[in-house]
Amino acid sequence: MSVLIFLDNAEGHVRKASLEAASYGAAIAKQLGTTAEGIILGKTTENLSSLGKYGLTKVHTVANDALDNFDAQVFTKVIAEAAANADVIIFSNNIAGKAIAPRLSARLKAGLVTGAVALPDTSNGFTVKKNVFSGKAFANVTINTAKKIVALNPNSYSITTTDGSAEVAGLNVTVDTAKVQVTATSKVEGDVPLTEAEIVVSGGRGLKGPENWGLVTDLAKVLGAATACSRPVADVHWRPHHEHVGQTGIAIAPNLYIAIGISGAIQHLAGVNRSKTIVVINKDPEAPFFKAADYGIVGDAFEVVPKITEAIKKIKGS
Amino acid sequence: MKILVCVTKTPDTTAKIAFTDNNTKFAGDGVQWIINPYDEWYALVRAIELKEADAATVIHLITVGGADAEPIIRKALALGGDEAIRVNADSHDSFYIASQIAEVAKAGGYDLVFTGKETIDYNGSSIGGMVAELLDMPYVSLATKFTLSGSNAVIEREVDGGEETNQVALPVVVSCQKGMAEQRIPNMKGIMGARTKPLKVVEPAVAEALTSITSFDLPPAKAGVKLVSADNPEELVRLLHEEAKVF
Repeated sequence: MSVLIFLDNAEGHVRKASLEAASYGAAIAKQLGTTAEGIILGKTTENLSSLGKYGLTKVHTVANDALDNFDAQVFTKVIAEAAANADVIIFSNNIAGKAIAPRLSARLKAGLVTGAVALPDTSNGFTVKKNVFSGKAFANVTINTAKKIVALNPNSYSITTTDGSAEVAGLNVTVDTAKVQVTATSKVEGDVPLTEAEIVVSGGRGLKGPENWGLVTDLAKVLGAATACSRPVADVHWRPHHEHVGQTGIAIAPNLYIAIGISGAIQHLAGVNRSKTIVVINKDPEAPFFKAADYGIVGDAFEVVPKITEAIKKIKGS
Repeated sequence: MKILVCVTKTPDTTAKIAFTDNNTKFAGDGVQWIINPYDEWYALVRAIELKEADAATVIHLITVGGADAEPIIRKALALGGDEAIRVNADSHDSFYIASQIAEVAKAGGYDLVFTGKETIDYNGSSIGGMVAELLDMPYVSLATKFTLSGSNAVIEREVDGGEETNQVALPVVVSCQKGMAEQRIPNMKGIMGARTKPLKVVEPAVAEALTSITSFDLPPAKAGVKLVSADNPEELVRLLHEEAKVF
């Protein structure tokens, strides 16, 4: 029996959110007195034995070309076979995790908690703390089945490393023909995926127009941050929809969230309130966002932000 | 074309989040209940658009909930569903709920099952995937666009850092999010018509709950904002670097 961690394959590399899941799964294995193993599907270019440093003793690979095409149904069946001897199966609650974990739960009749934010309490059963009400509360959910599945929210558990090397072994499983065919992919080149970014710089209507977005992108660039926007900004197409964070957009939990010219409607807060540090720059001292912020400047973004960018550049340069 | 749209009731986005009974229950008294926005704005409205494009399309709505879910089901019917099924059961376990939906879906022979990408209360993002597995159907999650091309669906979905296009033969289960459609407001004709549309109540099938909520917690209150003068933004940078240590 063991803990099995699904390692999300991003064009040959293991996604950062999955390294968090691996560290989390290894900690659970320690709690339960067992070992943590990983599984990665599709072609990889990474030295998988090095994943031992996240606490994995073994990494199962299924290097079948058919798995370069993502179909949740096909992936689920492969993972279900690999999980025959696992007590606990861990996913990141990211895009792949959200597609696979529920299917796997139904297939194995294994209780599932998605959006976990902390290690389970195993003192009396298996209870996992998860985000509910869009980050406004937590629920402690007990899994009542012998086999358990947990999907860990990105940026909720720090990556931990030790010394160690994982055994890498090919897994012999049948891979079904996919019903879902990926026919095209469009990715924004060079951008940090929003859900994985440690720092996010976000702009709202206070920036007055898309021509002023240099303010946001310049600051993001010096911080190595991802850029985001509020709903009204996406609705009027100043910025693409995939940058919209909030209740109906993407929910994020970076270490640092900088909101420029965003008033902080409750629906916006629902998407960003899990951020560890929130900075608000707004010329309206009554903006509700200040109540949710850790640091703030009441002032004109057009004057303040370039100075912030310069000051960071100085620190980074020294 | 037969479409099943899964809807559920959630507290309004501005509802105060509090708990009762020793923090084991959401304090629902006085809360305004709405159709889960992802179910309404994206899943249901896109289904209605498909019906507008092809009059032979039939839309069934399903909710798993008590009698107190009927106002939101009537509103969904007012927007444009043809008939509704309420499975008379109250549960917070995704697998139990998905099992009820799958049971109804099996009998209904649907070409499409639409769900919202998640509910805004329990944020499980699980029903679509579970229903798909129970029905042995393909599942496309986090869809931002949906079009029909003969007996195939062409679906755009969110992936890390972008989007991809999927093609899949019907039937398929799809979880819907922003981009699929735009929010609509029911008109008077719809509201009047909804009163007489069939709303069938069925008792739940036997199914297991695999999880249970033990308790709720609220996050610790924020210490309060530390304001820095607009004349000295460098001080903010110093605090972020030396105090918060975020870069």
